[in-house]
Amino acid sequence: MAIAQATIDSVGEATDKYKYGFVTEIEMDRAPRGLTEETVRFISAKKEEPEWLLEWRLKAFRHWLTMKEPTWARVGYPPIDYQDSYYYSAPKSDADRPKSLDEVDPKLLETYEKLGISLKEQEVLAGVRNVAIDAVFDSVSVATTFKDRLEKDGVIFCSISEAVKKHPELVKKYIGSVVPYSDNFFATLNSAVFTDGSFCYIPKGVRCPMELSTYFRINASETGQFERTLIIADEGSYVSYLEGCTAPQRDENQLHAAVVELVALDDAEIKYSTVQNWYPGDENGVGGIYNFVTKRGVCEKRAKISWTQVETGSAITWKYPSCILKGDDSVGEFFSIAITNNRQQADTGTKMLHIGKNTRSRIIAKGISAGKSQSTYRGQVRINAMAEGARNYTQCDSLLIGDKCGAHTVPYIESKNRSARVEHEATTSKISDDQLFYCLQRGIPQEDALTLIVNGFCREVLQELPMEFAVEAQKLVGISLEGSVG
Amino acid sequence: MSILSIKNLHAEVDGKEILKGIDLEIGAGEIHAIMGPNGSGKSTLSYTLAGREGYTVTKGEVVYQGKNLLEMLPEERAQAGVFLAFQYPVEIPGVPTVTFLKQAMNSVRKARGEKQLDAFEFKKLMDARLKELNIVNDMVRRALNTGFSGGEKKRMEVLQMALLEPTLAILDETDSGLDIDALKTVADGVNALRAADRSMLVITHYQRLLDYIVPDHVHVLFEGRIVRSGDKSLALELEEKGYTDITGAAA
Amino acid sequence: MTTSNDNGLLADHTALAAGLPGAGAGWIDALRADGAKRFAGLGLPTRKVEEWKYTDLSALARSRFAPCCGAAPAHAKPEIPAPLVKDGPQAVFVNGRFDPELSSLGGAPEGITALPLAEAIAQMPKLLESYMGRVAELGRKSLVALNTAWLADGFVLHLAKDVRLTRPLELVFWGDSGSDGERSAWHPRHLIVLDPGASATLLERHIGRTGGHFANSVTEIAAATGASLRHYRLQDEPGDAVHIATTEVALSAGASYESFVLSKGAVLARNQIAVTLQGEGASASVNGAYMGRGSQITDTTTLIDHAAPGCTSSQTYKGVLDDRSRGVFQGRIVVRKDAQKSDGHQSNKAILLSDRAEIDAKPELEIYADDVKCSHGATAGELDDNALFYLRARGIPEHEARGLLIDAFIDGAIGTITHETVRDAFRDHAEAWRQEGGT
Repeated sequence: MAIAQATIDSVGEATDKYKYGFVTEIEMDRAPRGLTEETVRFISAKKEEPEWLLEWRLKAFRHWLTMKEPTWARVGYPPIDYQDSYYYSAPKSDADRPKSLDEVDPKLLETYEKLGISLKEQEVLAGVRNVAIDAVFDSVSVATTFKDRLEKDGVIFCSISEAVKKHPELVKKYIGSVVPYSDNFFATLNSAVFTDGSFCYIPKGVRCPMELSTYFRINASETGQFERTLIIADEGSYVSYLEGCTAPQRDENQLHAAVVELVALDDAEIKYSTVQNWYPGDENGVGGIYNFVTKRGVCEKRAKISWTQVETGSAITWKYPSCILKGDDSVGEFFSIAITNNRQQADTGTKMLHIGKNTRSRIIAKGISAGKSQSTYRGQVRINAMAEGARNYTQCDSLLIGDKCGAHTVPYIESKNRSARVEHEATTSKISDDQLFYCLQRGIPQEDALTLIVNGFCREVLQELPMEFAVEAQKLVGISLEGSVG
Repeated sequence: MSILSIKNLHAEVDGKEILKGIDLEIGAGEIHAIMGPNGSGKSTLSYTLAGREGYTVTKGEVVYQGKNLLEMLPEERAQAGVFLAFQYPVEIPGVPTVTFLKQAMNSVRKARGEKQLDAFEFKKLMDARLKELNIVNDMVRRALNTGFSGGEKKRMEVLQMALLEPTLAILDETDSGLDIDALKTVADGVNALRAADRSMLVITHYQRLLDYIVPDHVHVLFEGRIVRSGDKSLALELEEKGYTDITGAAA
Repeated sequence: MTTSNDNGLLADHTALAAGLPGAGAGWIDALRADGAKRFAGLGLPTRKVEEWKYTDLSALARSRFAPCCGAAPAHAKPEIPAPLVKDGPQAVFVNGRFDPELSSLGGAPEGITALPLAEAIAQMPKLLESYMGRVAELGRKSLVALNTAWLADGFVLHLAKDVRLTRPLELVFWGDSGSDGERSAWHPRHLIVLDPGASATLLERHIGRTGGHFANSVTEIAAATGASLRHYRLQDEPGDAVHIATTEVALSAGASYESFVLSKGAVLARNQIAVTLQGEGASASVNGAYMGRGSQITDTTTLIDHAAPGCTSSQTYKGVLDDRSRGVFQGRIVVRKDAQKSDGHQSNKAILLSDRAEIDAKPELEIYADDVKCSHGATAGELDDNALFYLRARGIPEHEARGLLIDAFIDGAIGTITHETVRDAFRDHAEAWRQEGGT
């Protein structure tokens, strides 16, 4: 039993390792507590939005009032009082938005640097990172790097607030086109109160010259974060987009209800990668982020959307990045690693809706449960009657570390087309004693052996991450499993 | 000088006593063979020496280089130079062999107070060993043991032994599942690693391995005890008469 | 009364229940009343209930049912097949009622009690009281509640310690209710109790001529330490019947349960099987084949609950769906917190033969212990083109080649049947189904 116990102990220490749990002292500008039409109007006015957008928000808000919070996911949490939260919180300095990075509050820059993200372009140019970054701090975009370089190729990469002002025709055309304002409880809430997020447009035939990235950080307390991301890849274009998330350590739970919409027009390709490391709460389940996110993309003819996610944070994760494979020969992919520990709960997976002919989808999901956590893969593969020759392959593997956690697999497989082929496989097992002993016998200590084996277990997914993220993600897997041998 | 001294070792698995009083002394540079029929306790002995969970020592002592081996964790035994070549090397999907080898090597070096090797130094060392052992580079790029043939797995064990430079190597039925050519290749590898400061405990069911790895001493294990010891001629006698004769005579 | 009960499924329950066998015995009155009360509250399940997401009973709910359990005679003389094993015991039910004339139970050997439920209520009330409604908990399951409300007819089998019933006991259900006017509903209730070390084989055949009937059966099975039951079911109900069979099994340590359902009849059929592995080292092998054509819906819903350590379960299902038929497979494996060393595997494979057929599968793993090996697999597709071409290249005409491939596919499930005679018979039934469709 010594090994098993040591394994549990070493995993159990993971929450002590939440190294992003610092708070930045910055003056905040907040909407009054609570949620009414006035709040929605306040946010819209703050952002100097056009009338159509305010109307859209209000429509969402009124619809939201008629909706019930979903209960089908295998997650449990005390009722959220939506009136007891702040819906808008921006760094004060936003009042006179920074015109360039030099004007960004140095405290903010410091915050991002603590996270290991440099917003300074010269560092990036020096080869530290070849990534354009949009930094979102408490729902407000604070800086976008590399704008000039991107503009040369016609790529638009900015905050969604800025896009509303500068490219209203694009925003108006596509916002809500993939995730309608009435989609689901959390998405509808987001539609009413979203404050910022990233916007990106890749023109026809352009291969985006660098990775685009958004870093989200929740800083203010008692503030929900509702960012909205919209990415449009025009015909024949390509973009790889990275999203990273952190939050400080706090006792109360904070709500994060984001919406991401992807539009891949004919022959376009979007690769969307996430490393989600919101504060997961402590070992007793106190604090942590409630992460209720709606992510969906639509593929037109021969387009491809690939979701990759590494989910290690949040007290609760409720998230199903999906693909609507509308165009013939379009492709959807979902690669996921979900690690839960202590009292974390994750209910995550994907939906692949095959509408067009010869559409293909692939799902690789790896779940690792430790401590007293519960992890669920929930996925749907639907083949519509017209989806001649559609193909799906799904592989879900769950690994259990310790005997107090749970791992669950709930796939829905629906096929209405004879020529479609759907294959689903799932396994659940504990971390192998044989593998652990083999590593030990070669002199590798317990905790390193565990990290090694788990990274091996996740390899298929880790390989899908862009280079810039892969190393970070691998370290994160390591950190969540780090600890001394008991 | 004695490297390993086993005195009256009793061990059980799942509450059942398998080893019932083993006595064995292995000196520096010596090669000892342990032969025995199925179920005699051969693999239990190797796992007990390596410290595998579930193999409980109930009586007796094992002294390794003057230290109580039984008090050490499995990884500490490995770091101190006890190497077990597995009868069934374990597949670890997704873990590149080269990553594993480097991590094992640096863990051992760290424990021994030696400098850890960077990627470049390690690669140089590994390439040299690969060449000596005639192993193609392709193997170390694949996931550890995953999908390896029986022969490849055993050669991987020998490669690890060459890299970790143990003081005591325990070869648990290294011949099992190998055809004669593969057996010869593996034996050549092992022979290349014979050294004055390296002892070996070769565990096998069949005599044929001992044609290639020639032992200094041969012991017959039967029902958890060593019932006969002798020089290499004992192995030939076993081959000729079978276990029943020998163990019957001893019982 | 809720609206869904206006269809007459519970009509006059209080009055009619007073005339059912055993009425007046406190426990049985209470059981029936409880069932009626729960069903009145729940009604027939709707698609809003997760377990009924894919199977719609609204047409059934809209029907008008004749008052329950009147002895509806068959329209014509029932055609009861000879027992599969010569001179084997056979209990025949016509339109849900036990028919002593058509049955041939023979003298039960020492240690075996095999009786129709009504007689069992009179003869062995103690045994019934301690098992009925205990294995199949009423809980939220409205159909079990409905069945319990009308608990009157069915079969009881009890085997004493170490007794082995070698020949299969056959239960034949003949449905010939006609399809005009009000529909008939019947609710057979069976209880199988095996004492330690006992073993038996049970074969059910659901057949008939015409039927707009709704057969809602519940079978409760309790196998004590080391007991084993083989349970085979051929569901070949006539045309527009609705067939819902609930089987709840409780296995003690070392007990084993093997089940196979061949589902080919009825316009809507649902086989729901729940096995609880309650004792260490129990094992369950739960398998089946389903085939549909026309607008048939065939639903298989299983729950294997590993509640004790060291248990094993395996499930193999194959489905073939033609025309506008729809297959539903929902299979759940649960491993409870302390059920270490559990081994649970499940596979569901479906082939669609037509452009309008559909399969909906929801295999589910719910694992709360770590030392487990669990897996499920599900596939949907059409016949293998390569194999088809290969056979044709060897001179086999296409429709024969397709037939061969379909048979081979189904055989992957039928092969799990360990009783040779049953296996051969089921294979024939599967082939007959295929030939009826002209393939």
